[in-house]
Amino acid sequence: SLAGPGGDMQWCFSQVKGAIDDDVAEADIISTVEFNHTGELLATGDKGGRVVIFQQEIENKNPPQFRSEYNVYSTFQSHEPEFDYLKSLEIEEKINKIRWLPQKNAAQFLLSTNDKTIKLWKISERDKRPEGYNLKEEDGRYKDPNTITSLRVPVLIPMDLMVEASPRRVFANAHTYHINSISVNSDNETYLSADDLRINLWHLEITDRSFNIVDIKPANMEELTEVITAAEFHPHQCNTFVYSSSKGTIRLCDMRASALCDKHSKLFEEPEDPSNRSFFSEIISSISDVKFSHNGRYMMTRDYLSVKIWDLNMENRPVETYQVHEYLRSKLCSLYENDCIFDKFECCWNGNDSVVMTGSYNNFFRMFDRGHRRDVTLEASRENSKPMQVLKPRKVCAGGKRKKDEISVDSLDFNKKILHTAWHPQDNIIAVATTNNLYIFQDKVI
Amino acid sequence: MSAAIMEVNAEARRILAVSISKLYASRTQRGGLRLHRSLLLSLVMKSARDIYHSSRESEGPPVGGEQPSTEEAMDACSGCPGEANPGHREPQPEPESVEPAPEDPEGCDGEITEDKENRSPARQSRKRRGKASAAPDFLPSKRARLEPGEERYAAAPLGSCCRAGAVDSLSALSLNRVIPAF
Repeated sequence: SLAGPGGDMQWCFSQVKGAIDDDVAEADIISTVEFNHTGELLATGDKGGRVVIFQQEIENKNPPQFRSEYNVYSTFQSHEPEFDYLKSLEIEEKINKIRWLPQKNAAQFLLSTNDKTIKLWKISERDKRPEGYNLKEEDGRYKDPNTITSLRVPVLIPMDLMVEASPRRVFANAHTYHINSISVNSDNETYLSADDLRINLWHLEITDRSFNIVDIKPANMEELTEVITAAEFHPHQCNTFVYSSSKGTIRLCDMRASALCDKHSKLFEEPEDPSNRSFFSEIISSISDVKFSHNGRYMMTRDYLSVKIWDLNMENRPVETYQVHEYLRSKLCSLYENDCIFDKFECCWNGNDSVVMTGSYNNFFRMFDRGHRRDVTLEASRENSKPMQVLKPRKVCAGGKRKKDEISVDSLDFNKKILHTAWHPQDNIIAVATTNNLYIFQDKVI
Repeated sequence: MSAAIMEVNAEARRILAVSISKLYASRTQRGGLRLHRSLLLSLVMKSARDIYHSSRESEGPPVGGEQPSTEEAMDACSGCPGEANPGHREPQPEPESVEPAPEDPEGCDGEITEDKENRSPARQSRKRRGKASAAPDFLPSKRARLEPGEERYAAAPLGSCCRAGAVDSLSALSLNRVIPAF
């Protein structure tokens, strides 16, 4: 088990959300998971275009018995399937990303996006309603004016909490290609959206236009060699953002340098190990996710087999590399045939940037403790879902004699993949999405 | 041909066949062609094709001027739209860039309407013409229609190609034609 501040971390099952049966409806497949800035709210998006928000309710505040539960707070249909008649293309309603805005008033705001359209949603609570209208009956019908003989002012009376989600902005028609990322700027006024070839800068208040800040589309599409795979704003420097590519490079751009940031300020790239060259070298070096550390000094990238930590001051190689499932390197051909090699795994940091986490197959997920140079493999499964049951570390046997409790590579279930994980911004609480279930685990001692 | 080269050759052919079927399958995917995926597929195909050709080169010229046996072997590949092309007589194609570049949603109709986005005023056409073409037969032509005088395919294309060919020509039709989805 990993050591955390004040002793070893022991991950325990807390909750699981979603249907139990094995027959997964495609619309229920979870496509994104994101905590808000305080960790009180946890949002998920799915293939059916729905957003479900859970709210944390703390039962026992005092360590070591800290207990909290995430319960459904709001559910709404964010995106619907659309049809582009001009190109004869269906636009999927699948939610690709959700990003929360920092809270400014009583309401909560989040951005959700599908392949083409970003929406700003306002989630607000209503726990009072007006009663005692002068001119209206309780059911809303207008009274006969002749019967009104006195004046009264409605009063607000308590009611059962109602959580309403309403779309406040729709940012549409700015992307020809499929949107893969959105990122809110630290200025809390702007955000970026990235598709395969372009990155646009938006103002949260303005929906009818956006600024194109990166365009890597070649004059002739036959010369296309790489696409943008992810993009993110720096957590503190509002002029800085990074974007990753399918070639395994990351470019850091400074918006002060020029209006169009096609020329990067820094290029992060590690030379390829020639001994690892194969038919699939390009696919596995494609970066599927990039995340800045909370302190803004590092960034993490995820490619098919590894997680890399980069120091923003060093461009020529990562400072740390962690192998997620190196045993898959000899299976790349099969993974190509069954399409798994195209899976886009995400990665995340814990609150103090000491541990990083990412998913794998067989419903395994991996954590790497940077400081103590330790890693662990855990599993999200219904079998280990008794309340506060401690998760046992798992081990994959890469070859040779399989020890007891080890799992051989050939018995891994490649249909059970964990692509999306999220870590509470302050506490050791994590949300791990299997295909259609959301698991919440917490450290035994918080 | 050495056993090792044969193995690499077979592997390359298999990967090419799998890639082609994936490329065709992605045309009917919900949400349209995904550029990233198409690019990765074409990169794998290019690697496989380069390895296939370099392993063929290393085995030397074909004996007695007969048709290279790999053409027949390609036809036997599962899922591979290889067609018999009696006219093809090229033993060593030059390594040019792979044909199946990702489709461009913005200017996808270069055949019918002028593709303003990708127009290059004074360039020589990079589109291949005639029989001495660089692209091997087992890769589908980007063109939806035959060039005059060019017979790359036999009169009756094989099974899965029929449908794929139909999709190819449908998508290349004028954008002015509204194609109902359902």
